[in-house]
Amino acid sequence: MLDVYGHIAILVVVAIIFPLGALVTSWALQFVRIRPRVPSDPVKEDTYECGMVTEGPSLVQFNFRFYYVALLFLLFDVELVFLFPWAAVFEEVGTVGFLKVLLFLTTFVVGGLYAWRKRAMEWG
Amino acid sequence: MSGAPFLATEHWWDLRDLSNISREILEFLDRVGPDWLAYVVSPLIGFVAAFLLFVLPSQLFVGVYGERRLIGRMQSRLGPNRVGKFGLLQPIADAIKLIQKEAITPRGADKWVMWTAPVVFVAPAVLVWAVIPFGPNMVIADIPVGLVYFLAITALPVLAAFMAGWSGNNKYSLFGAMRVVAMAISYEVALVLGLLGVVLFTSTMSLQAIVEWQREHDIWLVFLQPLAFVIYFISASAELNRTPTDIAEAESEIVAGYLTEYSGMKWGLFYGMDIGYALAAAAFGSTVFLGGWSLFGLEEWVPPWLILVAKTHLFYFVFIWTRGTLPRLRIDQLMALAWKYMLPLAAINLLVVAAERLWWHEAGLGDGIVYLFAAANIALALLLVVGWARVLGYRPERVPTRPRLVKHVGGYVAPGAETGGGR
Repeated sequence: MLDVYGHIAILVVVAIIFPLGALVTSWALQFVRIRPRVPSDPVKEDTYECGMVTEGPSLVQFNFRFYYVALLFLLFDVELVFLFPWAAVFEEVGTVGFLKVLLFLTTFVVGGLYAWRKRAMEWG
Repeated sequence: MSGAPFLATEHWWDLRDLSNISREILEFLDRVGPDWLAYVVSPLIGFVAAFLLFVLPSQLFVGVYGERRLIGRMQSRLGPNRVGKFGLLQPIADAIKLIQKEAITPRGADKWVMWTAPVVFVAPAVLVWAVIPFGPNMVIADIPVGLVYFLAITALPVLAAFMAGWSGNNKYSLFGAMRVVAMAISYEVALVLGLLGVVLFTSTMSLQAIVEWQREHDIWLVFLQPLAFVIYFISASAELNRTPTDIAEAESEIVAGYLTEYSGMKWGLFYGMDIGYALAAAAFGSTVFLGGWSLFGLEEWVPPWLILVAKTHLFYFVFIWTRGTLPRLRIDQLMALAWKYMLPLAAINLLVVAAERLWWHEAGLGDGIVYLFAAANIALALLLVVGWARVLGYRPERVPTRPRLVKHVGGYVAPGAETGGGR
């Protein structure tokens, strides 16, 4: 039963070799003079801003609403992690399990409604 | 995992079940090689069969070439038609071009993160195929939590996209990265809630068992879970950053989003595997919702893997279709769709499914009840989709569709001419 996870572990190795191979091939082509040596021109290494000279640092402030989204995601995703085992053993736990999950979900509905009222789901 | 062989023949040349060939090879390796050889080679055979023989060619010729041609057709232009007959060699020309481009790392960029991001992006695209069943015995690793495995693996490219955007030392990259993460996590919640309904019905998270369940009950889960299917489709296209929802790479706003500073092979891996993920999402969707390799008994005669390939490409065609048809949405519209529309709908859907399943189990009803559930759920899905839009304040626009006579102008007014102009 557990040996299938070993198969996935072997696939992980293959999956990492596959893109590395593409990158290394591309890198190696510069020694047979198919690909230009880097950097061929220092201007190419400038930050791309459609031709304008970059002003200030690149790691600028961004919209604080992304934090709201992250918090909402944490709220609901943790809930989902707990729901998967329940769904898988649904027949064994039956009515009692259903009612308990209903109670569990109610807390999240309340939390979600609070977030909705506080306009956390609005953008701009 | 399943004991009894599914097909009558076990000959290696029986192409309906390719696992026969793989078993022959593994038995031969067991005879001649050390003990661990067959164990190591068996996933590699799956990798070659699933990824190198199906996914990669399909990605190149259906994804890179077919998608561009089709979208070209839909948008009244030609698409690639120069390289080779009908432009069929375009993907290969693109690959050759990309691999010999110089690798530019902009000044001030985080070199290590920038080079690692494509690898982190591509590796999961290979790994997702490990759990997709191509046939009764044709799955690389039929793990009992295949569905969660798929969700976990497909969450990794979001990390890669963020790495790519953050490392580029570019404002647009950073904005694109923030948008990717915000979009992906918003739609993830609705997606997972929708898929929970599927798990409730099948009581298992193994994809092979989900296909078997649909085969036994002679019904596809798309009929039992229409709402979950629609949510899956929208969420998948949002997480893949495909056009109706591609604000992360919106070229009219933020250059190329998180890929602004990427070029050459690094960019090529991102581009190629975007299509790979679309294909994987299509394969997963057809496995979970459209019966996978089964087709109402036809899989005894037609190779099951061919059925899955056909379904995957049909599903993928719908992805291309929406991409060619719909305009890009704004970020506030997308966030509202995820949090205010799809999340409550998915939650209601989950409760309804749980109640149905409970009734089915407690009352000891027969399997025929699934058809009643299907009819009820389709009606409920329509009602919820229309009703919830009304609750949120959406009213259908009343735009005149036929020319109408306007007296004071002294003639007919074309449809939309009044609303389209001066205002």
